[in-house]
Amino acid sequence: MRTAPSRKRSRNATRVIVPQKTARRFYGHGIPGVDVDKLAGKLIVVEGADGSGRSTQIRLLVEWLEGCGHSTVQVGLKRSTLVSEELDRAQQGNILSHTTLSLFYATDFADQIENIILPALRAGQMVLADRYIYTLMARDLVRGMDEEWLKNLYGMALVPDAVFYLQVAPGELVQRAFAKYSSLDYWESGMDLGLERDIFDSFLRYQALMAEQFKRLQRIYGFHIIDGYRSVEEINAELRKKISAVLAGHQVK
Amino acid sequence: MKTFAQLGFPGRLIAVEGLDGSGKSTQIYLLKRWLEVQGLKVFFSEWNSSELVKSATSKGKKQELLTPTTFSLIHATDFADRYERHLVPLLRAGYLVLCDRYVFTAYGRDIVRGCPPPWVRDIYSFAALPDLTFFFKADLEVSLSRILDGRPQLKYFEAGMDLRLSTDPYESFRIFQGRILEQYLAMSSEFKFLIVDANQTIEAQQNLVRSLVAGKLDLPAFAWQAPANERSSAVRSPQN
Repeated sequence: MRTAPSRKRSRNATRVIVPQKTARRFYGHGIPGVDVDKLAGKLIVVEGADGSGRSTQIRLLVEWLEGCGHSTVQVGLKRSTLVSEELDRAQQGNILSHTTLSLFYATDFADQIENIILPALRAGQMVLADRYIYTLMARDLVRGMDEEWLKNLYGMALVPDAVFYLQVAPGELVQRAFAKYSSLDYWESGMDLGLERDIFDSFLRYQALMAEQFKRLQRIYGFHIIDGYRSVEEINAELRKKISAVLAGHQVK
Repeated sequence: MKTFAQLGFPGRLIAVEGLDGSGKSTQIYLLKRWLEVQGLKVFFSEWNSSELVKSATSKGKKQELLTPTTFSLIHATDFADRYERHLVPLLRAGYLVLCDRYVFTAYGRDIVRGCPPPWVRDIYSFAALPDLTFFFKADLEVSLSRILDGRPQLKYFEAGMDLRLSTDPYESFRIFQGRILEQYLAMSSEFKFLIVDANQTIEAQQNLVRSLVAGKLDLPAFAWQAPANERSSAVRSPQN
């Protein structure tokens, strides 16, 4: 029996595609007792400064993935059951030194890896991470922490299936922050560094330093730089195309 | 890794290590009293005592949320907070800093829990080595009976129950402590532990600790009073 092309297309669209399995590993020493071969799901990371459009893109990706029949789980920084409250309190007082704050964030991250990311991947879910170790490393590098020390510390992190970095210049980020909140965040402005007395100048300098670190990290970790100046839809179409390739088991180009 | 003396700090750090029930806390308390009555600048810091981190640690322990990795990291956070906020500034100010447990506790416990040894050691690489480390070496049965004789309610992580060594907390504690002891013994020569036979009386042990401290450190240099030459230049008596 012949099938009309339109019917064929719609029938294909109702078939849920089973993601292809690919090899998985940790960046370094990893986490004791984890069998990486049992992690069937995919880990997709969206990186970028505040105002780069991360959360909007992740929200759209979740809708799309679920529409395609994939179960999704979302993680982000400072969302662990273990230390998120304490971390918040510590930041409000700005009383922690660099190594301590760095390890506190690493604890938060590890808790989410072990209690959310790994179980979800074992269950074959799609994990969408709103920021990952790269933001944590970039923040610490700007604050003068040792790169080798950070690499060892985050050797516990899984290598994601794809990392997208939404790139937006500091001058534009500042406009977006004002449009949304009418003010600049203390930490996102790097005020703890004492770069400038004025929060506006500090924000621009700090975000430029962060962008510089991301550029370096990009060369090491090979993430995909996404031009964050385009429309939400255009960006999302590019992300969907790349993620489709990941699900089909291809290397993302 | 270098000691604080090798790094040119005016202060000195003395650490005590040993199993639960080895008597190390009693010994460091007596050492502290002895140093204080001599009018020396002394500061005491205990493992897992940073105010800020403690609430997260106790939540993690109570709700059994901790894995070997997060157990390791949260203790490293606690240590880093005390290290950066108290230990380093006080050692810069010429204090004798006494630590009930130091990085070796993490090396031992985390490795027994299965964390990769180079990962753990590198995380703590920001910390300098103590100038003196006393290791209180008691027979396993002696330290076990000091803890277990009262049939206390052993806590989940304290007994190493997360390692699934045994369903009986007492049996689990025995195996866990035995493994930590092996780790301590393996580190002993690498980190030049001063070994104290903790099967001896409290007084005999304290005699040894005091004589080693007096012999290895120039104690009068840690007195509250500034050295005479600094005082005379800073304060002029009104008669002159």
